[in-house]
Amino acid sequence: MELFVFVAASIMILGGAIGVIVRPNPVHAALSLVLTLFGVAVMFVSLHAHFLAAVQVIVYAGAIVVLFLFVIMLLGVDRTEDISVEPITAQRPLAVVIGVGIAAIVSAAVVSSADILNRQGEGLDLTTVESPDANVRQVARSVFGDYVFAFELTSVLLLVAVVGTVLMARRISSSEKGK
Amino acid sequence: MSTMISAIEPTTSWYLILAAVLFGIGAFGVLVRRNPLVMFMCIELMLNAVNLSFVALALSLDDINGQAVVLFVMVVAAAEVVVGLGIIVAIMRRRTGMTADDLTELKG
Repeated sequence: MELFVFVAASIMILGGAIGVIVRPNPVHAALSLVLTLFGVAVMFVSLHAHFLAAVQVIVYAGAIVVLFLFVIMLLGVDRTEDISVEPITAQRPLAVVIGVGIAAIVSAAVVSSADILNRQGEGLDLTTVESPDANVRQVARSVFGDYVFAFELTSVLLLVAVVGTVLMARRISSSEKGK
Repeated sequence: MSTMISAIEPTTSWYLILAAVLFGIGAFGVLVRRNPLVMFMCIELMLNAVNLSFVALALSLDDINGQAVVLFVMVVAAAEVVVGLGIIVAIMRRRTGMTADDLTELKG
């Protein structure tokens, strides 16, 4: 059963990822990205990270992809891009070498170090029928306990991002231009 | 035969290799695609690959900190997308070209 889930989610993830990089239309690429993000959410569930699976669907598939689609529609760039031309000579072969090289090097490192993957940490509370909120409780205790300072800093980061984006994307009025 | 297949359980290495392949696809996309929006989507692919390996290692090493880090990665990814799309909107308002090749004003 777990094998079936892994294979199905892998097909979703890789199919969506290939869709993102080969689809000429940005809208189709964004929808392929949704497929990949849902596949990653399925993986999170099968890895007992139920809270992160919910956050993945809500934040990524919900907010971020909608933001992408909103900007695509706002800018009117939802035309098909000609991706058959290669603007820089030999760029694509080099990109293939780099992409395959990264995947191959990391995979080789994973395979050669498989024996150190079985060390034990402080313990992970797995969600069961008896304790359906075990994962949420443990993540909350970690985020609001050990990492509460980092958590507060992320709120500052989000505030800075919002203010900066509003400042960048607003229209400069004609009265301000004159100064 | 079917019992043999169902006996195979995906190990942590499988998840990590899948994440490596996803990261490679994302890196390829950033290098090849010319539309800045699609390049951002490829960065999201790479971030998701890293998140996937964090969560797989959290289960394998029996440590909740891997999942806590993923939460912070998601927050930073959201902030990054907001700022990046704001920059793209500000650039696109002043020009019509929609590819990264059109941005040549700073060429030396």
